[in-house]
Amino acid sequence: MNSKVADRIATGVFVTIAFIIVAILAALFSFILFRGVPQISWEFLTTPSSSVQAGGGIRDQLFNSFYILFITMLITVPLGVCGGIYMAEYAKPGKVTNFIRSCIEMLASLPSIVVGMFGLLVFVNTTGWGYTIIGGALALTIFNIPVMVRVSEDAIRSVPAEMKEASLALGITHWHTIKTVLIPSAFPGILTGSILASGRVFGEAAALLFTAGLSTPRLDYLDLNPFSETSPLNIFRPAETLAVHIWAVNTNGIMPDIREIANGSSAVLVLSVLIFNLLARWLGSVVHKKITASK
Amino acid sequence: MENKAALSAGERLIKSKQNRSLGELRGKILVTLCALIMITATVAVTIFLTVKGLQSFLVNHVSPIEFLTSTNWNPLADQPSYGALPFIFGSLAVTFLSALIAAPLGIGGAIFMTEIAPSWGRKVLQPVIELLVGIPSVVYGFIGLTVLVPFIREHGAGTGFSILAGTIVLSIMILPTITTIATDAMGALPNSLREGSLALGATRWQTIRKVLLPAALPSLLTAVVLGMARAFGEALAVQMVIGNVRNLPESLLDPSATLTTIITLNMGHTTYGSVENNTLWSMGLILLIISFVFILIVRYLSSRRKI
Repeated sequence: MNSKVADRIATGVFVTIAFIIVAILAALFSFILFRGVPQISWEFLTTPSSSVQAGGGIRDQLFNSFYILFITMLITVPLGVCGGIYMAEYAKPGKVTNFIRSCIEMLASLPSIVVGMFGLLVFVNTTGWGYTIIGGALALTIFNIPVMVRVSEDAIRSVPAEMKEASLALGITHWHTIKTVLIPSAFPGILTGSILASGRVFGEAAALLFTAGLSTPRLDYLDLNPFSETSPLNIFRPAETLAVHIWAVNTNGIMPDIREIANGSSAVLVLSVLIFNLLARWLGSVVHKKITASK
Repeated sequence: MENKAALSAGERLIKSKQNRSLGELRGKILVTLCALIMITATVAVTIFLTVKGLQSFLVNHVSPIEFLTSTNWNPLADQPSYGALPFIFGSLAVTFLSALIAAPLGIGGAIFMTEIAPSWGRKVLQPVIELLVGIPSVVYGFIGLTVLVPFIREHGAGTGFSILAGTIVLSIMILPTITTIATDAMGALPNSLREGSLALGATRWQTIRKVLLPAALPSLLTAVVLGMARAFGEALAVQMVIGNVRNLPESLLDPSATLTTIITLNMGHTTYGSVENNTLWSMGLILLIISFVFILIVRYLSSRRKI
């Protein structure tokens, strides 16, 4: 076969593949949004879910998702940023650093259901807490920490070496340089990375099945005492998140409007992840412009 | 205040230096602690799951050989049998089949983005694909359940819950992962390779096939292996479409089960500490071991990276 003809054919094949990928993506997005968005209403977002009757909403699930996300990030961000600083600034090449790198790699590739099982074993059974928000958040921390460490390490490493050297040359100590020069310059990168990681945490379900549970107690949103049983802020209560809700409704739901609830919840979930993504890109560039005075 | 003013300039300098070096030490301890926490977490996951996973063999005396090779899973019978082979087979089958579908598409898409239409391919296709990585897996499972399963039911045989449905859901799920990593791999190839080949009179396809693909092969394989690792560990999306039966499937249209789906389904309603529950932990251990194997393969491949 003529090599030019072969080249044409190959190009055609690659264009077709790209077209197939675009078609799949477009179909997925439009499918989720067109079927789900009509279900979303103020009422859907603010009514508690019902286990037998039609017309249940997702108020508690939505709140739980954001609350678990908040607690997870509260634990993960400091840990991840400090881990990133260690890897970028203090780790000396050698066996120990290699070992830590292997650990991060391993944590990153753990199947989320395995993380959930570990959570069940340690945060649910060994501690005797039962299904709790804090157990779920700790399991998600294990799942999220490698991402945060990698993001922070990359962000700190990408700060120009001149800035660090200039600071050290002024006689400022290493830690003070990290605090006042490296972290502020790496901040946009860390921010973008954490918001993207939030999207991942927000949609995670398998790790939460056995740690935060499949149920939510009756909540009283006016009760803000975090130690009260019915308070939404109580971190020692079981909590079903939105992603878990979609799964649970489809597997053991008995209400008549399963499809509608699942459609609406999927759309809310995907829209939230979309917003996280756009927010990350936009905030990252805004903060970058603000603090570096560059365009 | 008075006290401070009384200190001479020299004393103040010394004092601030002490503060600084103390801060230095504190900072170092803080970040080292965080690194230690990561090591602890990894070691704890490994140890806890290994100990718990071995209990069914050591305490309940389930035969490991039966567990790995028997196709008979019947924990509730009078003579309970614990053969997990159908689930191990199911896991491997959906993983390899979905890689078989997603790898050519992903790598083809990467070549399109880097070699054929670099300008708009990178600007438009890449952000969209990265967005897709973020779609929660339950949503994929839900779409599979509402679209794919009825479609297979109408055009094929049986209930529609099948290995085929699981495979398709997983391939769409790992497609963005493979495409993103493969695009990075192709983009990292030095331009001199392309220019050298084109200067010799090779066509674009010849350049891709004879020069670029071999050079990027280890990285491309890494992309596929990472995609497979994701497919292998996925639980809920597969559970929703695969049918969850305990028999060894005979065709693509037969329902089946995987390690992850059986754990998801049965962990909730078996008594903690019972034999059946312990065998679920053993399946978790198998998942852990196989995810180690995937890491080892990735490490081996990255050590063979040529560029």
